[in-house]
Amino acid sequence: MTEPKAPGFSTLAIHAGAAPDPATGARATPIYQTTSFVFDDVDHAASLFGLQAFGNIYSRLGNPTCAVLEERVAALEGGTAALGVASGHAAEFLVMHTLLQPGDEFIASKKLYGGSINQFNHSYKNFDWRVKWADPDDLSTFEAAVSEKTKAIFIESIANPGGVIVDIQAIADIAHRAGVPLIVDNTMATPYLIRPFEHGADIVVHSATKFLGGHGNSVAGVIVDGGRFDWIKSGRYPMLSKPRPEYNGMVLGETFGNFGFAIACRVLGLRDLGPALSPFNAFMILTGIETLPLRMQRHCDNALKVAQHLQRHPKVAWVSYPGLEGDKYNGLAKRYSPKGAGAVFTFGLKGGYDAGVALVSNLKMFSHLANIGDTRSLVIHPASTTHRQLTAEQQTQAGAGPEVVRLSIGLEDVEDIIADLDEALAAS
Amino acid sequence: MARRRGLVYHSRMTHDAYPDDLIRGILHNVKTIALVGYSANSARPSWIVTKYLLERGYTVVPVNPGLAGQQQLGQTVYGSLKDIPFPIDMVEIFRNSEAAGPITDEALALDPLPKVIWMQLSVRNDEAAARAEAKGVTVIMNRCPKIEYGRLSGEIGWQGINSRIISSKRATMAAKGFQKRTLGPPGVNPFGTRR
Repeated sequence: MTEPKAPGFSTLAIHAGAAPDPATGARATPIYQTTSFVFDDVDHAASLFGLQAFGNIYSRLGNPTCAVLEERVAALEGGTAALGVASGHAAEFLVMHTLLQPGDEFIASKKLYGGSINQFNHSYKNFDWRVKWADPDDLSTFEAAVSEKTKAIFIESIANPGGVIVDIQAIADIAHRAGVPLIVDNTMATPYLIRPFEHGADIVVHSATKFLGGHGNSVAGVIVDGGRFDWIKSGRYPMLSKPRPEYNGMVLGETFGNFGFAIACRVLGLRDLGPALSPFNAFMILTGIETLPLRMQRHCDNALKVAQHLQRHPKVAWVSYPGLEGDKYNGLAKRYSPKGAGAVFTFGLKGGYDAGVALVSNLKMFSHLANIGDTRSLVIHPASTTHRQLTAEQQTQAGAGPEVVRLSIGLEDVEDIIADLDEALAAS
Repeated sequence: MARRRGLVYHSRMTHDAYPDDLIRGILHNVKTIALVGYSANSARPSWIVTKYLLERGYTVVPVNPGLAGQQQLGQTVYGSLKDIPFPIDMVEIFRNSEAAGPITDEALALDPLPKVIWMQLSVRNDEAAARAEAKGVTVIMNRCPKIEYGRLSGEIGWQGINSRIISSKRATMAAKGFQKRTLGPPGVNPFGTRR
């Protein structure tokens, strides 16, 4: 028997989950563009519906193309299983739906993507899921927010709109002392830079739309199960630890062991709430992931050079990029994200709000849009767009004050990226 | 089970991780499995595993003193291991870790001995395992044979579960049906991944 060895990250990015198609021999993962799958017989159908056999029923519940993406991301994150969904927002929603009952609380970092802040503050009120905000720069605020109703803690590994690295292990320790799982949105880092499960996280969510897909062409989300949280022992998560009436009394956390959380998100959340991922989008994201290690390194290398350049620019007040020596988060970046500090960061213009608006309109290669993690370099003025719905105080807390410009550095030649910025700054 | 000698897992004997080829070899070679702790409740894992293994062509012998003599899933239920009137290749223990001790001893009193004692996911009894291994019986603990079969056949990937298998070889489809896969022999995975 040969001694086992583990495949490397780049190998997993290309191969995990994707064997040749057994029906046709197709080597690339086929797009299984079908709603439904034929049963062998009535007994097989009953086994599938009863979660007693592995297999495909209907593409809202699972699809073979989406399944390859799920296994790929689970492997890259070092998780036990994953679930592909329609968007990153859907991923967050299904995770919370699986963990929270009406009246329950969860603690979230103040430094988050503005869309997540909106979802937590407003949409969740309809479910009576109560967010309590904490500051990742002051860990005691997480401890102070814990109550008997707390069911989860939610952070981003590298926080949007950029520049913040969160001490994942320290917050995981707080979560585990409170007996709750830590959820990490790993969108901005991707598992190439940070694998949150190695730092104590229990659940990872992604907007795969961003760097995983990487080409700005498809919206998708992924939930990854870390497999270490003991739902049965905890007993505080009835979706996992109590018999489920819709599955004949099955206890999902018991039946599915260390991938029970991913299964619960699928068979209770995705099945009944319905934000399914299209097989075509899954294929596009999968194709992107094959080059994730190459792209992500280039994104980071370009971003560092651009950040260093802006730091020296006379019209720039400050640059918030953790890859810069002397940056407030440089120590955490070296510890958690040594290969690079990501591609998204913010900087402040001495000219304030008006200068930000002018810069965005003067750039000729950067695209002014609300996405990040594209091959193309992207720019946005958060205060007038993504973070517009927040109060001025929330904008500042989230790192999106009036003078702030956010860049998502692409894969173009870095000289061209810098030249576009220089010309636009000169004209602003 | 001619390959058996090669399947005994000597390396460190910690039972924290097993090479894929050890598990694959066991599931490829055993034919008759006694499942101790069978439940007639179709929502219970022991029922689900019994049904799954029967569908994959194994002879599964349910063992439960409360159901002895009944027909379940087309099989005769026995009250205890010693009542089974034919040799068994593998004893699968669907009881708690403490109960796994005396059940292991019952299995070790069988003649001929089973080749494998397998304790279900969350069941682990290292003292019992040591007694079995002293008699040359291979022991697997804290694993589910259904999950392992699904994982090693690639079937579990339908559910987005990380199989930890990397292979450019075509999966083996079952003779009947569209989605069912079967296990090949050991040696197809270039990374003998531990789990």
